[in-house]
Amino acid sequence: MASMVPPANPAPSQTPAPAPAPTPTTNYLNNGYGLRSWLLTTDHKRIAVLYLISVTTFFFLGGFFAMLIRLELLTPQGDLMQADTYNKVFTMHGMIMVFFFLIPVVPAVLGNFLVPLMVGAKDLAFPRINLLSWYLYIIGGIMMMHVMLTGGVDTGWTFYSPFSTEYTNTKIVEAGLAVFIAGFSSILTGLNFIVTIHRLRAPGLTWSRLPLFIWANYATSIIMVLGTPVIAITIVLVAVERLFHLGIFDPRLGGDPLLFQHLFWFYSHPAVYIMILPSMGVVSELIACFSRKRIFGYKFVALSSIAIAVLGFLVWAHHMFVAGISLYAALMFSFLTFFIGVPSAVKVFNWTATLYKGSISYATPMLYAFGFIGLFTIGGLTGLFLATLGVDVHVHDTYFIVAHFHYVMVGGVLMGYLGGMHFWWPKISGRMYPEGWAKLSALFIFAGFNLTFFPQFILGYLGMPRRYWQYPPEFQVLNVLSTAGASILAVGYLLPMIYFLWSLRYGPIADANPWNAAGLEWKTSSPPPTFNFDETPVVTWEAYNYDEIPHKDLEAPVAR
Amino acid sequence: MHDNEAATVKHEAHNPALLHHFSDTQQQKNAASLGMWLFLVTEIMFFGGMFCAYLIYRLKYFNAFAAGSQQLSITLGAANTAVLIISSVTVVLAVKAAEAGKRKLLVSYLVVTVLLGMTFLTIKGFEYREKFERHHVPGPTFQFTEPFNDNGTIIPLQPDEVPHAQLFFALYFVMTGMHALHMVIGCGLFSVLIVLAWRGHYSPGYYTPIENAGLYWHLVDIIWIYLFPLLYLISRHS
Repeated sequence: MASMVPPANPAPSQTPAPAPAPTPTTNYLNNGYGLRSWLLTTDHKRIAVLYLISVTTFFFLGGFFAMLIRLELLTPQGDLMQADTYNKVFTMHGMIMVFFFLIPVVPAVLGNFLVPLMVGAKDLAFPRINLLSWYLYIIGGIMMMHVMLTGGVDTGWTFYSPFSTEYTNTKIVEAGLAVFIAGFSSILTGLNFIVTIHRLRAPGLTWSRLPLFIWANYATSIIMVLGTPVIAITIVLVAVERLFHLGIFDPRLGGDPLLFQHLFWFYSHPAVYIMILPSMGVVSELIACFSRKRIFGYKFVALSSIAIAVLGFLVWAHHMFVAGISLYAALMFSFLTFFIGVPSAVKVFNWTATLYKGSISYATPMLYAFGFIGLFTIGGLTGLFLATLGVDVHVHDTYFIVAHFHYVMVGGVLMGYLGGMHFWWPKISGRMYPEGWAKLSALFIFAGFNLTFFPQFILGYLGMPRRYWQYPPEFQVLNVLSTAGASILAVGYLLPMIYFLWSLRYGPIADANPWNAAGLEWKTSSPPPTFNFDETPVVTWEAYNYDEIPHKDLEAPVAR
Repeated sequence: MHDNEAATVKHEAHNPALLHHFSDTQQQKNAASLGMWLFLVTEIMFFGGMFCAYLIYRLKYFNAFAAGSQQLSITLGAANTAVLIISSVTVVLAVKAAEAGKRKLLVSYLVVTVLLGMTFLTIKGFEYREKFERHHVPGPTFQFTEPFNDNGTIIPLQPDEVPHAQLFFALYFVMTGMHALHMVIGCGLFSVLIVLAWRGHYSPGYYTPIENAGLYWHLVDIIWIYLFPLLYLISRHS
């Protein structure tokens, strides 16, 4: 179905058409046609495109559930669906968005495409394992869709015990297996990135010369490799508990449901850094390119990624402040959660410092980067509200939480992802996207996003709990605003989908470096040849050497 | 010596095992072994979840855990420990044989390793059977009346502690079961390598798969080295 689109379209010039562009005639896209050449490819760039198609499919599927939620919440009564259905809808929204969109999106699409290019390698270290990881993702995704079509799950994406292990009659084990398999995909991607970054860097490309996107993906990969196995064993224990009632999480038999929460959040909190870190890497690239400056405090930005990865493993119990953990544990986790704000703030301050006296251009990718900084700052600061024990008790399990993590996950991750997609689209497809439409959609997304989620902060503060399909009538105005915002947001997300596809055929042909950007990925043709570089590059310069690169008008980057 | 090195470098250019995206076999080998070590880290995290659960419940329900532990067979457990340690030795010898290019020796050491792995699984199977016969398998038929022998002092378990003994056996089955699954995967892996080694796929210049499978096998052994005292040897001094 959808997987037919890119193979068929982006063949820039099949016949001896004029095309006197400096691009070589063979690139990774026209080097072999047909489904087989895509489904059995080991080329990291083609696998990135496979991921792009599948991740986008899951995004719209998850978005469909989001729209159902917003429609139900348009009115105080439960009139669109029944309570049980609503439970299943928000669970599917969460599971699909978290495990099949947010976690893989930036590493598997942009990371897969860019990591070998940025380090000057011909491919990832283990190309076949890379393909295997896409297949695992697809198998997990198909299983999840099967679960969805045959009854779904009603526990919320967190599948807390003992509800998931003892009481619910929905398909926990099957959904768990889907997540388990998708988790292996994530582990293998992380493993591949770490080995590639360690072993396959081009001559001269030292660690201190690496692009910050690579540092961010390296930190992400560490979390993927260390964290994902823990959710895997948690799922195994839940499945075993559910099938054989061993009592591991059952208080009647001496088990402890809190143990489940510890194991679950030990992965699932670091998982939010799996989602946000790669987007932060994207934003570093965008800010540097569109303010024509070396990133301020390169080393601090690089190391803050690692710091976030490490500290991210030490804050998980802040999800459990009201679950009955000891006061001393809560104090420690509260402190550590405040502490992880430091490396995140280092990034935000350094990005803004980079802007200072830069030659800023407001091309679409930069608009997304600005959007990221603003929305992530709100998301991050409200995270500090939640790290405060007293405030957390008040707003726990309310829409305040929902708004907070959507500001980070959607306002952060998606802004970074879309900014990166626009920035590297000429490299991926060889075509430019239409700048006007792109700016319009960036505006729609920013406005729609804020209208959707800002009212939810207020709703949560006023006490509207999450995961209910009905609410008292006094909350209606804010809910209507939120649903209206979601509609604008939906238009904003559909637009890029349409004009990216349009540009595959009608977009102006991009040259090798339409943004005059630094970075090895721009030193090869667009789209790159199958083995990335005609000869292995030798790096003798620091990252983001924009002072050595000529200026040009970046808001009209149509190729010569 | 120098001539020899030049010869190997020349040979590498035609080495069919060298994949296109690596510049030389050394880089390829380094990448593969770093990848394997990272995979082993994921395995440690995977088992770590279970060890964590074990630690918490053992501290909470010590008497029940000790009573349960005392019903496991030290003889069979120790025998299995010995079997696994010997199998680790044979794996090391197999890697050495591969390094020296001794094909038949390599195949025989791998076969011995697989046989030892199967011996382990067989002994484990007998232990499981005994647990079934004595109703020590968690579930509706679980029964447990044995006391905790604390260095000669007999401490009978209270009725409300019986579920805690069941918890011990639940962890026993999950942990040894996961370990056994890894053994099965290891035996399968080595079976494939035996065929490939027999066909002469490996040479002193290329035997990374043998080495990496060996690393995996050692890790599975080490996990057992931890499982044995934690599960079989709680309060066994007398």
